[in-house]
Amino acid sequence: MDIKDIIKPENLVYQKTPLMTDKPLSYCPGCGHGTAHRILMEVIEEMGIQSETIGVAPVGCSVLAYDFMNVDMVGASHGRAPAVATGIKRCWPEKFVYTYQGDGDLAAIGTAETIHACNRGENITIIFINNGIYGMTGGQMAPTTLIGMKTSTSPYGRDLETMGNPLKMTELVAQLPGTCYVTRQSVHSPRNVRRAKKAIRTAFESQKEKKGTSLVEIVSNCNSGWKLKPVAANEWMVENMFPFFPLGDIKVDGKLVDNQ
Amino acid sequence: MMKELKLMKGNEAVAEGAIRAGADGYFGYPITPQSEVMEYLMAEQPEKRTGMVVLQAESEVAAINMVYGAASTGKKVMTSSSSPGISLMQEGISYLAGAELPCLILNVARGGPGLGTIQPSQADYFQSTKGGGHGDYRLIVLAPSSVQEMFDFAFLGFDLAFKYRNPVLMLSDGLIGQMMEKVELCEQLPRTTYFDRSWTLTGKPDGQERNIVTSLDLDASRQEVHNQHLQEKYRKCRANEVRYELLNTEDAEYLFVAYGSSARICQKAIQLGREEGIKIGLLRPITLWPYPSKPLAELAPKMKGILSVEQSAGQMVEDVRLSVGCGVHIEHFGRMGGMIPTPEEVLENLKKLLITK
Repeated sequence: MDIKDIIKPENLVYQKTPLMTDKPLSYCPGCGHGTAHRILMEVIEEMGIQSETIGVAPVGCSVLAYDFMNVDMVGASHGRAPAVATGIKRCWPEKFVYTYQGDGDLAAIGTAETIHACNRGENITIIFINNGIYGMTGGQMAPTTLIGMKTSTSPYGRDLETMGNPLKMTELVAQLPGTCYVTRQSVHSPRNVRRAKKAIRTAFESQKEKKGTSLVEIVSNCNSGWKLKPVAANEWMVENMFPFFPLGDIKVDGKLVDNQ
Repeated sequence: MMKELKLMKGNEAVAEGAIRAGADGYFGYPITPQSEVMEYLMAEQPEKRTGMVVLQAESEVAAINMVYGAASTGKKVMTSSSSPGISLMQEGISYLAGAELPCLILNVARGGPGLGTIQPSQADYFQSTKGGGHGDYRLIVLAPSSVQEMFDFAFLGFDLAFKYRNPVLMLSDGLIGQMMEKVELCEQLPRTTYFDRSWTLTGKPDGQERNIVTSLDLDASRQEVHNQHLQEKYRKCRANEVRYELLNTEDAEYLFVAYGSSARICQKAIQLGREEGIKIGLLRPITLWPYPSKPLAELAPKMKGILSVEQSAGQMVEDVRLSVGCGVHIEHFGRMGGMIPTPEEVLENLKKLLITK
């Protein structure tokens, strides 16, 4: 049997969603952003809401998210995506509005906008990629950098005394009555990708039902910033990131999950 | 039909103007001396009158970014603040200009620098007309000098913003914002339901290209082309949108150049001067950018002297000098830090700086 006999429409088991453009991703090989983009776009495709969705891109590695996500999108200034999304959603309450933000954007410069959008219960979905480092600017310390973790601005490791604690924004916003669905996921294994996609779907369904703010954190690797090979970076993430940023639902249907 | 007349504060008039101009949304944060804008809107509940959305943001930074988001979808939205808050908004204003988004921004200015005072000031002229934020951009800047104009310029501001897809700044001050005058109100305009899919974000329609709103282009050559496009737009504004008012200039030997509340003070100073036989006129720029350089240059040679009157250390006077060039005696008089000059004081300084000197 020749390969041409196999490549036929009836044999198709998987294809790239048309909601991802054909533009080559600007992310480093091994980075989790590409997978996170894909499952987000798959959810929007499967829900059939492409024509009703407006996305907000951040500043950071995913500043060019609108090059890859085939939906109407606006590029926000650093940290302000939840405010930008608020402006859109208030004027178009019937549209699906989401932000896609990294840890520096969401948990440092945009802390106020994140907390207040969540506290108002803005009916938007926030996708939060946490890799514990500033990737785009070359690997500086992030609000989510672990204690002892080396970055270009914590070259001897993050020092608790002088640099403070890593911030668990997801647990923090889960405490706010405005949030309805808050969860932490990862995309480093097929099982986790499936779970993360299901979580994004739940977040968009919550938005459809006008339940309030939904936030999906995805703990991801930054092999370039962490200076590890992709496989080693994922192993390091499992060993070091997950104990501090445990995976799982934190708030479901407006109720905090017991084991948190 | 009977005229609809109402006694209003400037801050209330601009809020009512925004509702009647068919605005879709207001996002703001309280700061003296402009808090009445949002207070009026919240009390009026425009959501019930026209469907207009009003939201108190967590900061001026959030407010201007809410405006940015809503404007990217083609909605007619505005914010208002006062000097320190407008400083906080500058990054967002630069993004709005870069992404070519229409919106209306009101500055009811107060004295600075820093936290300054809460009294009226015109010391934000540089910030308003020469940038404020980063990059090569311009705002169309309207300077109301009456409560009526606070109302009217809500309409004009939105019209210009959408005509040029550019933010429009209304540079008022605490005096115009707080004082009460009679306002003639016009009828309610309907809120727009048409959105120009050539640039607005309304969700990608099936079979059509999606839209992207951003000020970013990492390719320098394309970013330069974008900048050239902006400059071309600004040239059109300069050619078409200069607005100004002349008062008593026909026989004038001396000229005040003043905008906003200072223009009102100069009106009285002209009257006092003429009672003493000093023939003074006034050129009142209504657009601070584009600046009425041409009419000013045409008037200047007929004058024995020009006095730029501002509640600042002398900011607009630089544009007066640039417009007029050499050969005409130009001076500046101003009070600072929230002090308002009296008409007598203005006339006294005209005599001192232009006549007896």
